[in-house]
Amino acid sequence: MSLVLRGVTKDYAGVGVLHGIDLEGRFGEVLAVVGANGAGKSTLIKILSGAEPMSVGEMWIDGGHVRLRSPHDAHERGIRTVYQELTLVPGLSVTENLLMGDFPRRRGLIDWPAAHARTAELLESIGFRTIDPRTPAKQLTIARQQMVEIAKALVKEPRVLILDEPSAVLSGHDLDSLFALIRRLRERGVLVIYVSHRLTEVLDMATSIVVIKDGRVIETTEPARTSENDLIRLMAGRRLEQIYPGRRSEPGQTRLQVSGLTRTGEFQDVSFTLRAGEIVGMFGLVGSGRSELARCVFGVEPATAGSGAYSSPAEAIAAGLALVTEDRKRTGLVLGMSVRDNIALTTLKGPFIDLAKQRDEIGGMIGRLGIQPVGCAPMVVEHLSGGNQQKAVLAKWLLKGPRVLLLDEPTRGVDMATRVEIYRMIDALAREGVAVLLISSDLTEVIGASDRVLVMAHGRIVGELRSDETSEDEVLAYSMGTPT
Amino acid sequence: MTVASPRLVLRGRDITAEAISASVVVLLIVVAATTSDTFLTPVNLTNLLKQMVTTGLLAFGMLVVILTGGIDLSVGSVVAFSGILAAGLAAGLPIPVAMAVGVTAGIAFGLINGVLVARFALAPFVVTLAALTTIRGLAFVYSEVPVTPEDPAFLALGSTMLGPIPLITLIMAIVFIAGGVFLTRTPAGRSIIAIGGNAETVRLAGINVRKHVVFAYAISGACAGLAGVVLASRVGIAQPSVGVAFELDAIAACVIGGASLSGGRGSVRATFGGVLVLVLINNLLNLYGVQSFWQQVLKGLIIIVVILVRRK
Repeated sequence: MSLVLRGVTKDYAGVGVLHGIDLEGRFGEVLAVVGANGAGKSTLIKILSGAEPMSVGEMWIDGGHVRLRSPHDAHERGIRTVYQELTLVPGLSVTENLLMGDFPRRRGLIDWPAAHARTAELLESIGFRTIDPRTPAKQLTIARQQMVEIAKALVKEPRVLILDEPSAVLSGHDLDSLFALIRRLRERGVLVIYVSHRLTEVLDMATSIVVIKDGRVIETTEPARTSENDLIRLMAGRRLEQIYPGRRSEPGQTRLQVSGLTRTGEFQDVSFTLRAGEIVGMFGLVGSGRSELARCVFGVEPATAGSGAYSSPAEAIAAGLALVTEDRKRTGLVLGMSVRDNIALTTLKGPFIDLAKQRDEIGGMIGRLGIQPVGCAPMVVEHLSGGNQQKAVLAKWLLKGPRVLLLDEPTRGVDMATRVEIYRMIDALAREGVAVLLISSDLTEVIGASDRVLVMAHGRIVGELRSDETSEDEVLAYSMGTPT
Repeated sequence: MTVASPRLVLRGRDITAEAISASVVVLLIVVAATTSDTFLTPVNLTNLLKQMVTTGLLAFGMLVVILTGGIDLSVGSVVAFSGILAAGLAAGLPIPVAMAVGVTAGIAFGLINGVLVARFALAPFVVTLAALTTIRGLAFVYSEVPVTPEDPAFLALGSTMLGPIPLITLIMAIVFIAGGVFLTRTPAGRSIIAIGGNAETVRLAGINVRKHVVFAYAISGACAGLAGVVLASRVGIAQPSVGVAFELDAIAACVIGGASLSGGRGSVRATFGGVLVLVLINNLLNLYGVQSFWQQVLKGLIIIVVILVRRK
């Protein structure tokens, strides 16, 4: 009773991505797959889900040889995949997204009351009862959309459920629901293949762990026999203490002063100060208003009351601000343009572009941030890995030489090695006198990489804690409104 | 992980699209030259150079709008209005002034389109469809009957030859060269392309998206106005009914040249190639004496084949 991969190799136009992957997952097990970005996890998922054929190798289910020709083929065999990228149709309701192609009918027409009832029942059964089946998908937060994506894979109970970074956009209660769901699926004999960068979670959830590096399986282990440090060392060759640079800052003059800032329905009466040379972490659960706050300060959306926000992005940029948004694909990059053209976006001015100067400046920035592969400037940015795309976004803003850097989830979907580089870069910028706001839903990161932490809940700042004196438990307690 | 790109992009240029356009053009020329005795005659070549001007001017303007992710269906009507306005005004005003007013009218229509699309967030298809019928109506309101300018100087623009090259072809070439520089070497041009790729990212980079979108439609209006004036001068008569379905040839030229109708991708050179493909097909079918209705059928089929080929 297992799913087995033997010698799976994949190359794209002669470039090898996977080199002889062997893998075995038993039904009723949670198999975690970890590895740095570019290690080949996404390709492996595409092969398991039928989206890409393998170049060489075999797949066996219950001892029978299987060849997947398409995602549809995989569905037929009970293999369902929840991708990192959301695939819901934005204008359609939750019900339509879930039951698409399989609506309950009465006299040939769709029976809407029955359809909504069935959706509600499904959401309830997997612990996502707070979602209204009638809501259009686009009105849901990213976290809720992610939950609907998961529900979509469970409309017909799968035998194999592949989850690609399911927790990246979830926090708090939503995360607990997801973990409870995974446990129930496991008990019912489903094989859950779980891909995540969050190692604590992996150690908590998985029954076995496979570490992939450079397209090869370099370790197969179990949570009881390994540790976070071991896994990091295997993936990136570093230990946990080496991830965050030690911070000791003496903040200089005030660079951003926000007071009483309110945007009705999103956040109220928010006040804080960013000083030169300090990194201020901001933690809050999904829906706490942190991203909305950053967007408002940067002038993307107008404030209802209070001071400190700019009236347009252009004005904020002129004042020395930069905003790295939480969703690099939708608001950080022009995916179809080259890396160079993307980085150039913040510096377009004057009647003509000095191409030679632009090439030098951008080439220098690409080198400084180590954006891979070497010589990627003319490449379409979409073809870079997640971590390198994020570096391109950072490069775009650093070229502008900002005095205040607003970072919204800068390491989401970014591998450990690149994270470490990003933390070092933020630290270096702060030492040069940049004021940094680091918004994150990763507790370890928000404490480890900052000088102090602001905690947001329900649109208000509910606490301010010194990073060297607080703990993950304390920050989490504040964010849920139960400080001890 | 690295996935090999199916498109070769070098310094922002889409080499594949340009190569395909170029090879189709060469193929058509070779076929025309070997199968028709008249193709290579000076008279036919001069004709060809003049015929490409209208489609060429419209296609460049259309490309700029398509790059933003929009479309401009009004250009055929603007051709009629600008032409008939210039021809009518030529009776009382100096000819260069009358022509300038004709082009300015095109710019004004473009600005209105652009403001409706950018400021009021209306769908480009709908806005310019409304403009198509409104401006066509205005052309007939201005004069129900064709206007024939009496001063022969009005015809000078369309008939002057600089050696073997018609003046108007030179003007079109200048528009394409300047347009190429605009789109590759100026911040405004780069912004327009980026807006078509992802307008929100561009807005967050501090670039005024609305202004650039309005500018793109104004460029299209200017090109259409110029095309109208040039056409009236070339044929010596301005008709309110001229230019019906010209927008379709302009769009076809962009698409044959590999432009993406959802914006963000397109090349000036390849679009010019698309113009040549369309004009050569027309010329060739004329030389073969193919009946005009069959010409339409064949043109449609050839466009589909070209697009299928470049899809690979």
